[in-house]
Amino acid sequence: MGLEYVRISPGFERYMPKDYVDLVKYGQFGRQVDVQQLGQFKELVEEHPMCAGCFMAYFIRVFYAALPNPEDTIVIGTAGCARLALSQAAVPFVYGNYGDTNAVASGLKRALTIRFPDKVKDVVVIAGDGGLIDIGFGMTMHSWFRREKFTTIMVDNEVYGNTGGQESGMSPKGVQLKMAPKGKQFDKINAVELAKVAGCVYVAKLAPTNPKRIAKTIRRAILAARHFGPTFIHAYTSCNIEYSIPTEKVLEDARKREKQDFAFYEWMTDEVREYFEEIEKKTEEVKA
Amino acid sequence: MPEQRVVDADYLLLEAPRERKFITGAQAMAEAVKRANVDIAIAYPITPQSEVMHLVGDLWAQGYLRDYYRAEEEYGAMSAIAGAVRGGARAFSATSGPGLLRGLEAIASWPGHRLPAVLGVLTRVVNAPLSIQPDNVEIAYLLNCGIIVLHAENQQDVFDFTLAGFVISEKVDVYIPVAVCTEGFFVTHAKGYVNMTPEDMKLPPRDPYKAPVPPTDCEIPPARIQRDAPVQKSNFMSYLIHAVWQQEVWSSNIRAMKYIYKYLGGPIEVVNPDAEVFIVASGCAAAQGREAVRYAQLEGLNVGLVKVKSIRPFPEKEIRQVLSKAKAVIIPEHNIVGWLAKEVKACIPDNDKVIGGPRVYGGMTLPVELIMEKIYSVFGIKKEKKVVV
Repeated sequence: MGLEYVRISPGFERYMPKDYVDLVKYGQFGRQVDVQQLGQFKELVEEHPMCAGCFMAYFIRVFYAALPNPEDTIVIGTAGCARLALSQAAVPFVYGNYGDTNAVASGLKRALTIRFPDKVKDVVVIAGDGGLIDIGFGMTMHSWFRREKFTTIMVDNEVYGNTGGQESGMSPKGVQLKMAPKGKQFDKINAVELAKVAGCVYVAKLAPTNPKRIAKTIRRAILAARHFGPTFIHAYTSCNIEYSIPTEKVLEDARKREKQDFAFYEWMTDEVREYFEEIEKKTEEVKA
Repeated sequence: MPEQRVVDADYLLLEAPRERKFITGAQAMAEAVKRANVDIAIAYPITPQSEVMHLVGDLWAQGYLRDYYRAEEEYGAMSAIAGAVRGGARAFSATSGPGLLRGLEAIASWPGHRLPAVLGVLTRVVNAPLSIQPDNVEIAYLLNCGIIVLHAENQQDVFDFTLAGFVISEKVDVYIPVAVCTEGFFVTHAKGYVNMTPEDMKLPPRDPYKAPVPPTDCEIPPARIQRDAPVQKSNFMSYLIHAVWQQEVWSSNIRAMKYIYKYLGGPIEVVNPDAEVFIVASGCAAAQGREAVRYAQLEGLNVGLVKVKSIRPFPEKEIRQVLSKAKAVIIPEHNIVGWLAKEVKACIPDNDKVIGGPRVYGGMTLPVELIMEKIYSVFGIKKEKKVVV
């Protein structure tokens, strides 16, 4: 919704749902919020049916707070846990078919570029390990090969959570899950290296232990995609149910994984680096 | 490319002057796309379709289309079409046989997503065994998707159905995709005469706001907030929402019929309406049926033809009426399952008069003589087969 469409026509405030009025008055449309102030503004996603202690739900909450341009953003998802929260946000959400996210996003982004050549319209795919690296693998990779200008975020819970805990290509080797009764027989797929080889201009990997860093990474991935090409974030978002992580220990688990195999990693092309240096210098000048 | 000017859709389809050209079916489809003001076309190779998307690619290179690319495979192509149409673009793709089946999960969801688009279906054998020949069994898979299915007899139909397809698909009370089917090779790679509208005229651009379901482009009030997807509400809500939505898809399909009358002269064409025996056929089989009617006339047999142009919506009422007094109905087809025979049998009360056949499959040609054998048998005429050694 271009910003002018978000605003309520004068005189209609009292007829609009309170939820909507609050979004416009106290939400993030048209302004940049500080992710550390979560809870002090009207968030784009509030209610969701995800499990207690779900780290993916937390990541998605931070994701929405981090959007640089929520009034002109379209989120694309697929089957899996993530869409349970994504479909309830105050940002247009497309749910197509199984694993089709990066193909749908390719068509959508191109259509928006044809129709609105002078406007910024951010397209962001946020899908799970199964959707992006198993069933949607070809479409994920080819959207990168074609250098489509949108962001792909993999919320990796290392399992098919929503269908009841089956092995995915991103499950670690040896883990016993449904459809892997003898333990997974092969290694976790190296999605980050695939993204680099396939032509992403900005690639990051993180465990969501630091909200400010998550927000910065998401913002960078979206801004780089606007101007340069495909971008990719691989985020560890544990499934506390299928991996039996006690609710109060999910952060502890994320920190443990951060030390093991999810240390913060960020890679970008030289032109993307120069671009960030330039805009970040400008921001500092404004502050000074 | 010539400078193209936008003209009214009704004028272009119904009144604009036409020029006669001798071209292939693939060319006819591309020529229609050229005049349809298409924003984006997404291609993936498969024989015999590829020719169509080569030509459409050339149109993009010449500046007729705004965007074009070769996708990773058909599921990716058809999903990207969904994305582009949601984004408000007018989109086109084409496929054949196994490609159609690979893309079918996406295609079958287009009507439910209320996505107007045109898909060329240039038929080919569905494996196995492998063959690239023009069997049309794949149309059977399309019949239950909610999509509008038109079946072209020749190059002229391909041009007319494709161009009108965009207009019908985008009508507010329709707003579901149109598949324009025709037999691969027999039509796509063979030439025929096509009366075409002028090259310098094109359809008005798609207006995505003239729609029962808005585009996903962040441009329309009110801000679209999708909350509570049906599947995560109660089972009851999930049933209910899906049920009413699908009812609406199929009602839209039926509502397309009035536009099929307006732009394509109706869902059926009848030759010799007072005939005693009818051939009911679609696509290339209709061309052979037409020839069989001529043979029969030469022999003084009163045979007519019902050519079915629209398979979805299926012209039940029209077919029932034409066949009400027929003594027998012969249904020649280019597939083994006899999907057209089943459709016809399901819509007439006295369907024991339907002869399901002759059928050729694997992509064979359909000799008129095969249809004549059925005609002779219906009229009780015994002919000795001449065997030339």
